Amino acid sequence: MADIAARSPTVSMGDNRSSLHKLMQRKSTIAFLMALPLILLVLILVAYPAGYAVYLATLNKGMTRFVGFGNFEFLFGRETFWMVVYQSCLFAITAVIFKAIIGFVVAHFVHNIPSKGQRKWRGMLLVPWVIPPAMSTLAWLWLFDPSYSAINWILAHFGIAGIPWTGETDWARFSVILVNVWIGSPFFMIMYLAALKSVPEQLYEAASIDGATWWQRIWFVTLPMMRNIIAITALFSLIVTFANFDIVRVLTAGGPLNSTHIFGTWAFRVGIEGGDIPLGAAVSLFMVPILAVAATFILRDITKRGSEV
Amino acid sequence: MAQVTLRKIVKKYDEVLAVRGIDLDIVDKEFLVLVGPSGCGKSTTLRMIAGLEEISGGDIEIGGHVVNDVPPKDRDIAMVFQNYALYPHMNVYENMSFGLKLKKTPKDEIDRRVKQAAGILDITELLDRKPKQLSGGQRQRVAMGRAIVRDPKVFLFDEPLSNLDAKLRVQMRTEIKKVHQKVRTTTVYVTHDQIEAMTLADRVVVMNAGLIEQVGTPNDLYHSPATKFVAGFIGSPAMNFIPCQLEQAAGALSVRLSDKLSFPVPSDRTARYASHAGKANLVLGLRPEHIAETRPHTEANQHDFDMMIDVDEPMGMETLIYFTIGGADVCGRVNPNAGAMSGKAMKLRADLSNMHLIDDSTGKVL
Repeated sequence: MADIAARSPTVSMGDNRSSLHKLMQRKSTIAFLMALPLILLVLILVAYPAGYAVYLATLNKGMTRFVGFGNFEFLFGRETFWMVVYQSCLFAITAVIFKAIIGFVVAHFVHNIPSKGQRKWRGMLLVPWVIPPAMSTLAWLWLFDPSYSAINWILAHFGIAGIPWTGETDWARFSVILVNVWIGSPFFMIMYLAALKSVPEQLYEAASIDGATWWQRIWFVTLPMMRNIIAITALFSLIVTFANFDIVRVLTAGGPLNSTHIFGTWAFRVGIEGGDIPLGAAVSLFMVPILAVAATFILRDITKRGSEV
Repeated sequence: MAQVTLRKIVKKYDEVLAVRGIDLDIVDKEFLVLVGPSGCGKSTTLRMIAGLEEISGGDIEIGGHVVNDVPPKDRDIAMVFQNYALYPHMNVYENMSFGLKLKKTPKDEIDRRVKQAAGILDITELLDRKPKQLSGGQRQRVAMGRAIVRDPKVFLFDEPLSNLDAKLRVQMRTEIKKVHQKVRTTTVYVTHDQIEAMTLADRVVVMNAGLIEQVGTPNDLYHSPATKFVAGFIGSPAMNFIPCQLEQAAGALSVRLSDKLSFPVPSDRTARYASHAGKANLVLGLRPEHIAETRPHTEANQHDFDMMIDVDEPMGMETLIYFTIGGADVCGRVNPNAGAMSGKAMKLRADLSNMHLIDDSTGKVL
């Protein structure tokens, strides 16, 4: 802005060709042109679909008539919708908490492995995260099979009756969260590991001389130093987990009795499988305000701390 | 307040010996400086006293108790690090009070001690600031404040001034000395800067290659170095080392520096040096200040000689002159008005009463 303001008096109105030339040479113009392909990509792949979804959500089932907030009013009246809200929150929050805890603990273990063997471990621990989730979830689906799976077979050896992993409400919810945690923890691990490595060793030495136990070192040094990374990672994961589709779709397809549906899968069920695309669009739009609130809170906290440190 | 004793301290990294058996007694309330070139094991020794490094052999006692297996937090020590190691997310007050808070000291007691330490260090108005908002010198003060507040048995300083610019370093040096005079806590201070060592220490420990070369007061080390290493390390500009021969003729000894140049050995040293006459690998050690311009009247053991000056460096209060004797570069310090000029001959005077004779094959001062 300052750039434009400072230069504008020198641009003469009469000489159009040279002013265009000057415009092209301006840093901000060049920057804009360089970013243009990405801006176009975002407009086509993000802004347009988002706008189109809003438009769709205001139509009737046959997509012939504008109904305003009709679809939303309909959703508010349905019990399944509120189940999906609850389940989405339960799924995302529980999974993120466990991913964060496991990631934090594992990151500490890996951090303490001598650097020679560390690469190997880091690589192996990343495996769950790099396998396409649809594939690894399929493997979990087989592990969870009530009659022929390895898990229930092992349990049977200990005299424990087979567990209906995907067949019963609580167990099914547990299973989808478990698989999500399994897939997502390595991401937390790698982020936290990077954060751990950036904490100067001397701070720990100073703390141990100041009389801190290892737990106090984590509480007073590690955690405060990692706060921003923890917040950003948690926010990022919260969004991705909240918008999850593949794990639930492959593992339970929302069942039993809709008890594992989350926004993504239910929108798919209602919109694509149920043929009511406007209603599906309305369901998926509910993710936006919820995530926006979460994002605002966490990001505000980061900028606040960023300015004070 | 306590004495610290090191007995046969050894530190091994894999197969490399960083510290090879050190014995040291640090007296209560003493300011002891460990000095030496990088890699001599001085920081490792300090970190072993702190408990940040395990010792591979020997014993460390603090206040009469062996602390070999005591973790740092239970050793009742405080340490000031080279890069300060302040907690970036805490303000100055929190940084200083952290150790007391962990010890569950009452709030008003913490407050009193932090304010008192802040008063000593003149950082009272900085207590609300974060480390990022402080200059290097201020951070250094806070790091010292964090140590003082704890009122530990021993202060450990690990090259605390090396991150500061030259002017601030001199200022903080005085500051540290003042603080020690006020709080009188046993202090072990590591530096590679011999001037820092000389100015701060009650006693200086010169280390080299994992061993102690010499322990003594700054004046001891300066005037009676035990080894060539100490002689060359302490003092700036460094002591001149000139290869020489010790000649005996008619009961009188003289050091021959070149075909043309030879000085009689002071008579009080004749007995001490006599047995080394004719030995190979002897080196004459003479500090630059003992090579000056000639003056009208001569005192005992002062000898004039003529020399071609290679380079003159006016420093203001004195002029450094450089010339060569028998292939060795030699530095002298002359009065700025003595007319020293590069490429010109000059009459100089060597003061042999401060000479050192060194056996270069053993590195010992004879």
